[in-house]
Amino acid sequence: MSAETESKTENIEVRQAGQREDADAISVAPNWKLVWWRFRKHRLALVAGVLLFFIILIAGFPGFFSTQDPSQSDTTGSFMPPQGIHIWDDGPAFFAYAANGARNPRTLRMEWQLDESQKVPLRLFGRGYEWKVLGLFTTDIHLIGLVNPDEDKPIHLLGTDRLGRDQWSRLMYGTQVSLSVGLLAVFISTVLGIFLGGISGYFGGLADMVIQRVVELLQSIPPIPIWLALSAALPRTWSVTTSYLAITGILALLTWTTLAREVRGRFLALREEDFVVAAKLAGCRQLRIVFRHMVPTMNSHIIAAVTLAIPVMIINETFLSFLGLGLRPPAISWGVLLQEAQNLQSVALAPWLLLPGVAVIITVLVLNVLGDGLRDAADPYH
Amino acid sequence: MNTNAILSVRNLKTRFTMDEGTTKAVDGVSFDVAPGQVVGIVGESGCGKSVTIKSILRIVQKPGEVVGGEILFRPQRHGENGTDFVDLAKLDGRGKEMRTIRGNDIALIPQEPMAALSPVHTIGNQLVEAVQLHRKINKRQAEEIAIERMKEVGVPSPEERMSAYSWELSGGLRQRVMIAMALLCSPRLLIADEPTTAIDVTTQAQVLNLLRGLQKNHDMAIIFITHDLGVIAQVADDVVVMYLGRVMETGPVDDIFHNPLHPYTKALLGSIPSIHTTSREPLPTIEGSIPHPFNRPAGCPFFPRCAAYMPGKCDRQTPKLERIGEHQSVSCFLHHEVAEEI
Amino acid sequence: MLVYIVKRLLLLPLLLLVFSVIAFILIQAPPGDFVTSYVAELAASGSSMDRLQIDALRELYGLDRPGYVQYFKWLSRILQGDLGISLDFQKPISELIGQRLLLTVILGLSTFLFTFAVALPIGTISATRQYSFFDYFFTVFNYVGVATPTFMTALILMWLAFSKLGITITGLFSPEYADAAWSFGRVVDLGKHVWLPMVILGLDGTARLARILRANLLDELNKPYMEMARAKGMPEWRLIIKYPVRLAINPLVSSLGWYLPLIFSGSLIVATVLNLPTIGPLLLRSLISQDMFLAGSIVLSYFGLAVIGTLLSDVLLAWLDPRIRMEES
Repeated sequence: MSAETESKTENIEVRQAGQREDADAISVAPNWKLVWWRFRKHRLALVAGVLLFFIILIAGFPGFFSTQDPSQSDTTGSFMPPQGIHIWDDGPAFFAYAANGARNPRTLRMEWQLDESQKVPLRLFGRGYEWKVLGLFTTDIHLIGLVNPDEDKPIHLLGTDRLGRDQWSRLMYGTQVSLSVGLLAVFISTVLGIFLGGISGYFGGLADMVIQRVVELLQSIPPIPIWLALSAALPRTWSVTTSYLAITGILALLTWTTLAREVRGRFLALREEDFVVAAKLAGCRQLRIVFRHMVPTMNSHIIAAVTLAIPVMIINETFLSFLGLGLRPPAISWGVLLQEAQNLQSVALAPWLLLPGVAVIITVLVLNVLGDGLRDAADPYH
Repeated sequence: MNTNAILSVRNLKTRFTMDEGTTKAVDGVSFDVAPGQVVGIVGESGCGKSVTIKSILRIVQKPGEVVGGEILFRPQRHGENGTDFVDLAKLDGRGKEMRTIRGNDIALIPQEPMAALSPVHTIGNQLVEAVQLHRKINKRQAEEIAIERMKEVGVPSPEERMSAYSWELSGGLRQRVMIAMALLCSPRLLIADEPTTAIDVTTQAQVLNLLRGLQKNHDMAIIFITHDLGVIAQVADDVVVMYLGRVMETGPVDDIFHNPLHPYTKALLGSIPSIHTTSREPLPTIEGSIPHPFNRPAGCPFFPRCAAYMPGKCDRQTPKLERIGEHQSVSCFLHHEVAEEI
Repeated sequence: MLVYIVKRLLLLPLLLLVFSVIAFILIQAPPGDFVTSYVAELAASGSSMDRLQIDALRELYGLDRPGYVQYFKWLSRILQGDLGISLDFQKPISELIGQRLLLTVILGLSTFLFTFAVALPIGTISATRQYSFFDYFFTVFNYVGVATPTFMTALILMWLAFSKLGITITGLFSPEYADAAWSFGRVVDLGKHVWLPMVILGLDGTARLARILRANLLDELNKPYMEMARAKGMPEWRLIIKYPVRLAINPLVSSLGWYLPLIFSGSLIVATVLNLPTIGPLLLRSLISQDMFLAGSIVLSYFGLAVIGTLLSDVLLAWLDPRIRMEES
């Protein structure tokens, strides 16, 4: 290159330098950073992420957020209405109104009234019943507690059910079960989906043929009757934990196909990409190509697909338990809680029994918004 | 302004307003098209040539918008004297008046015929629809016109093609069908948006010959968009050279090719391989790359890449498009001192 | 086109055969055989069955033989049109299912049509008026629609109707028509009752389809054929309906393959809450009482409906999309 053209090139580079600074940061950013930058722009998904954090916190420490032992029943306190929390009483305050009940002489049912003259003072981090933190050690500290636990009667933020159990506390524990069933079932189906989809997409040939036929078959079966039949076949004598695992397995059994298809499609596309061909030519072993070069490019897709699969699982568990074929009492899940709202009489008498459904709706909403945000961020051209 | 022009674009400005910023895709473009004339618009991709013709057709979609200038067009139904211009820039892009001009007086030959045809409707369906939008005739008559036009543009056995789908035709045939569609209502002005980029070289030559022939037979004017100077040399009478939404130079094709004034035109012409070039010698290229539209340089848009850049002048003021000599106009401070008013 | 449909039809028996195996496995899934559990149940309620009858039942179903023999006995009876007898109801299963199956199909198809009729305009307007108030409103609506389990919608509506209006909204017929024979009046009565379960059942699907359609349409709206249609001078609304909507419907139709079976089986939950005379609540009851041949027959009916749904969507797609028609034949 002659000196003249060199200086000219330099000159041009100086003139263009200003335009390039922004572009430079983008061109060297790793993929996850790009995804994060795009995700950050999706405000609603960010809000959903924060909400999900709180939901996960509840699922992790249900005891801390609950006010009573969720399985403790009280036959004299059935169908108590939600007492709620008040934070204003001519100035900042923290209390609930006491509920007074009297038995209706004709129907023999307890009828409850909130007594606004009688305030039950509350405090944060109060003491209550003992619970286990992550199964490791016990404590009796709760987010909300009574100021005078020895004098006042326990409060029921969301009322009580037929057996006088505290609905708020049951909801907290149900969150743990419902969320973990969703997560576990999705985890199982993700592993199955990536494994089988990966084999199918990468190796092709006979393996692909067989797996694809199985996927097609499973996708053409309506899952609900199968789930019902399988869960009905579970022995009633099984323990809570065993049937919890069994239900999770049953849910995962028919749902891995969607993810497997997605993974396969991406593998098929990636197989032709230059960087994979280059890795192959460089003499990489197949497993290394798959897990070191191909899977990482799919991470964000998989995370998005998984986030969108969890709410589906949560709904499925909810209706299985709602119909009495999923988790069974004494296990507590949102579906089990909603079983209490199954007949019109109970709902008419105690509409707050529908509130666990609101928890389902909020959680599913949050996960769907988050998943959509992730998907858009992972694949802006989609 | 050329008084017998059928289209006169004056200082056209089209912008795209987005969250990230505003792109001046077309920034003060002016040129004339005389009846029966072929005007070639040439420039690199992203120079605003496609947006210019979309603006003329008024089919620029949100967030794009025609924000200034005039698009004076003389539709058929008006007399032949210079006063009956309609300013398309003033019309509602989706309104009835604009729609009766589009496809009727001004027709478009799109860049990719494959993508411009619906894959789930037959060719016949899409042709007949184009006729019936502008002529109050029944389906039979519309089909006759469509078959007639397909014959004219050299589609073999046009009757059978009527029931075919776009993906059943070859690339060259699809382009012919698009040309037939554009001719259906005998437009006065045909706009061809890089009609030869999607097809191979031999078919390209046929399509160009066809267009030339049709232009003579129908006495149409054609605006021909391309990035290929070779194609321009074959078909155009007048040339408009665009860069970053602005016209760099315009004039008759011979003048532009033999006496280019603007450094950009010179650079473009320099990068064409010719028979006289010594072999194994690298072709000259234009240094640097087109700036990002949000990062348009102040002053002359070409100065960062210009070989004749004058510091303190070109990066301060934007040169206006000024007539130099009898036919040529150029926007460069090497040739005149007139700057754009801000 | 014809070749394509025939090909699909030829696949049917194979698919149904595989499905019958799955259904049979489900029947066999509960521990112990159903005759034993039935006898035990009878004993528990104080009555009994004589030895000969029990042996006849065992012989009929081949309970002492290997699993595959039992399967072929069951299958051959089904192929002869004999679904067996429900031990729980002491009635032929075909009699129990027949009418309920018809009502399931009616409910499913009307839900399906409702879904499309509502999702199509919502999706189209949301996409063409992207980021407008309308778009935002229906985006929220769609998210909530997808997030609300159908039985929640049913429960909430039931509760509202009961507590605010004092009416019970259950069943598909007024009491006087519930067990009556089919008549014009009964059809009208069905029409008066079917819309509520239809709306409840269709809400989730409507939300999903509208979202899919919106996304598909947004892709289509930037395609060059739109520009071409505009350049022809076509009015905006006409071209949107003729081209992008028409093209965006295709992926939607291919989703029918999963959507129609989903409605049929999804109606199970709503039907249970609203106490509808469809096969759903019957399946639930038979599963709980371990009346496994009834359950197996119902599961098989669901599979049958799913297969028909898939077939329907395939045919519809081939009819709508000439590319598929060409490819397959």
